[in-house]
Amino acid sequence: MNVQSGIEKKLIDNLNTSHLEVINESNNHNVPAGSESHFKLVLVCDDFEGKNLLARHRLVNKILEDELKNKIHALAMHTYTNSEWQQKNENAPKSPPCLGGSKEG
Amino acid sequence: MDVLDRIKQQVEENPVVIYMKGTPQLPQCGFSSRTAQALQECGEEFAYINVLADPEIFQNLPRFADWPTFPQVYIKGELVGGCDITLELFQNGQLKTMVQEAAATKSAS
Repeated sequence: MNVQSGIEKKLIDNLNTSHLEVINESNNHNVPAGSESHFKLVLVCDDFEGKNLLARHRLVNKILEDELKNKIHALAMHTYTNSEWQQKNENAPKSPPCLGGSKEG
Repeated sequence: MDVLDRIKQQVEENPVVIYMKGTPQLPQCGFSSRTAQALQECGEEFAYINVLADPEIFQNLPRFADWPTFPQVYIKGELVGGCDITLELFQNGQLKTMVQEAAATKSAS
């Protein structure tokens, strides 16, 4: 299983996701073509109800602990409950461009 | 001094501090760049630590507050979050309030 599908599966298995986007943004970065190093998540799920952003990110970081430690270099994360997502008109922010500084990981 | 004590001292001595790749003037990563920029726009001084220039901190910061990625922003000794959280707080106006309160605490002490 590639890294992207692995991330998707873990999130679906562990959370009640109503909307999930796992976007490989590696080709915007200083890594070889076809890499799976930089990802962006858009995650809508009512498990986030009552949790602040720090707690939401911690929850996802825990689920993806192995990926963060061993497989990927960057993970942008946008976490919403269903009602927040509707207020956002179902649009998540864009990730920043790479500035080339780190090739490790 | 043990590296975790060193980090503890940095986050306690500086009301606002960012651990980033590069510096606010010459950031080496898009996420660090955006985060430092949001802090700058809050209009108060803040401290930064370039984790690329300090391998010991680079290696150990993730276990300090159990947060696996860079950048990391601390206000009044507490982890605020990484790029996405800091930007979200900036966009809804909370970051500026937090930064200004922290700066005021420092000048009062």
